[in-house]
Amino acid sequence: MRFKLISTIIFGLALSGCETSSDGSRTIENSAASGSGSTKVSVLKSSDVKTRRSDLVVPPGTQEDLVVNVGDRVFFSTDSFQLSAGSRAVLEKQAKWLAQNLGATFSVEGHADERGTREYNLALGERRAAAVRDYLVALGVNPNRIQTISFGKERPVDPRSLGEAWSKNRRSVSVVK
Amino acid sequence: MLNFLINRISSVLLSFCCLLSFENSFAQLRVDITSGNPRPVPIAITEFFGVDPSASKLGNSIGLVISNDLEGSGLFKLIDHKAFIQSRESLRRLPQFPAWRQINAQALVVGTVENLENGKLRVDFRLWDVFSSKQLIGRRLETEPDNWRRVAHIISDAIYKRITGEDGYFDTRIVYVSETGPAKKRVKRLAIMDQDGANLRYLTNGSNLVLTPRFSPTAQEITYLAYVNNRPRVYIYNIDTGQREALGDFPGMSFAPRFSPDGNKVIMSIAKNGNSDIYTMDLPTRRTIRLTAHPAIDTSPSFAPDGSRIVFNSDRGGQQQLYVMTLRDRKASRISFGTGRYATPVWSPRGDLIAFTKMFKGEFAIGVMRPDGSGERLLTKGFLVESPTWAPNGRVLMFFRKDRSGKRGGQPKLFSIDLTGYNERLILTPTSASDPAWSPVN
Repeated sequence: MRFKLISTIIFGLALSGCETSSDGSRTIENSAASGSGSTKVSVLKSSDVKTRRSDLVVPPGTQEDLVVNVGDRVFFSTDSFQLSAGSRAVLEKQAKWLAQNLGATFSVEGHADERGTREYNLALGERRAAAVRDYLVALGVNPNRIQTISFGKERPVDPRSLGEAWSKNRRSVSVVK
Repeated sequence: MLNFLINRISSVLLSFCCLLSFENSFAQLRVDITSGNPRPVPIAITEFFGVDPSASKLGNSIGLVISNDLEGSGLFKLIDHKAFIQSRESLRRLPQFPAWRQINAQALVVGTVENLENGKLRVDFRLWDVFSSKQLIGRRLETEPDNWRRVAHIISDAIYKRITGEDGYFDTRIVYVSETGPAKKRVKRLAIMDQDGANLRYLTNGSNLVLTPRFSPTAQEITYLAYVNNRPRVYIYNIDTGQREALGDFPGMSFAPRFSPDGNKVIMSIAKNGNSDIYTMDLPTRRTIRLTAHPAIDTSPSFAPDGSRIVFNSDRGGQQQLYVMTLRDRKASRISFGTGRYATPVWSPRGDLIAFTKMFKGEFAIGVMRPDGSGERLLTKGFLVESPTWAPNGRVLMFFRKDRSGKRGGQPKLFSIDLTGYNERLILTPTSASDPAWSPVN
């Protein structure tokens, strides 16, 4: 993983060598958890480079890293804050990730679908976030590294009024700080 | 707190007096609004006579505001001005009752408007029972000219009370959450307006997520939930000064606030380690008292008007149900036993009923039940109806409704409905709107 990352950085620098360019490439501020200061890396659009997306730069210790390599969210069934076996597996990977990225902290967001009342859903979101935090702490994560916040039904990822959307919205999301 | 109240009252400076006080308490003109769907009273509301052109303009506007108020209650049927036979100038003397009977008016409202030398506005009005040719109300109001809309609402309240026997609710305001932008990044702002939608203004700028505003029963204050610096906490907002203040600094989220009936406390949920319980905070001392200590979700508390009990929703029995707690011994007992989940209970200002949101068979409903849980009655249903709030007379409710939504998200709107379940009406707002709260009488 690390080798791949370094090689991609070199690849990126060799190709462009500047921070921005008119072809729509963008600059990522890479403050990796290894703590060696920041490195400016220019990332080309995937259409410009014939590689798979996972080969592009994913700076370790970032939200992108968590999303791509671990999974930032787990899902819940209706009116429940129980962690399924699948959810626990994701959280076990999150705990490992936190152990590898000691500079990172989490804000765990708890969310609910639109099929509950506003205030109850705030309480339900809080429970879901706490269930995730408690499991991570049980896996050895320092509780000071995890904050929780509930958004109830205020921040859906899918606003459609469909069962499919509701299952996506009943979630907790670990946000790297 | 008292100062704000005095300021507000003195700024309005309404002086009442009775014109010819032969109000007949045995008049026949009366509508019983407790029965299912009462037949609306045909009423002729004339444009108030203006002593000069500017007063005349105001007289027209006052007549329109009263017409809109009374028609909106569903209890009155307006008679078209085109049918009027008697001129408004001649009405300054006495109504020609046969001319009003001829167009089937049962009630007649007439008035005059005058700009006084001291800069005040004087409005005289009379309510007549057309069939018995008797005056039911005669009153004089004096105020600053800017307050003309409130004068009109106060007249509507007086007419409503004289004919229904219940207090009016027209001289009131609504605070609600204005919603704009995409569902994933919704911008929510506190908005306040008169009950009829006039004088809308925004209290917050949308930079923080705000939810569930509720009026103080005694001061120009609103309590609500705001996410400030990503911390959801209960705040108090002063409508007169625009100042905002967090209520306490708890490690967990505080939410679902409501004032106590005396205005001295706020009751709310506070989450600790993921679990929500109910607390009161005494506003003068800022002391908190914990009322529930249960591993279940306890939230949406609401005081009985005498302050001796609260109603709240809890999933301690396995799913959301309503519980009433006597504060003296803090014993809670379940009151909702129908099929489905029950939430957001709100005690009526009259004390006789509790309004709630019910979730049942994939639908939401707004209903009422007695405080002992008996007499459950659903007023309206839909894909999502939520957040009932009572008019101060305990006869009318407001709530919000949202239909199934597509990719762009749903657009919630405010509605009012009579306690009988009749007369559901859309409340017009310039943006989507949710979480309404009705003010006490101004």
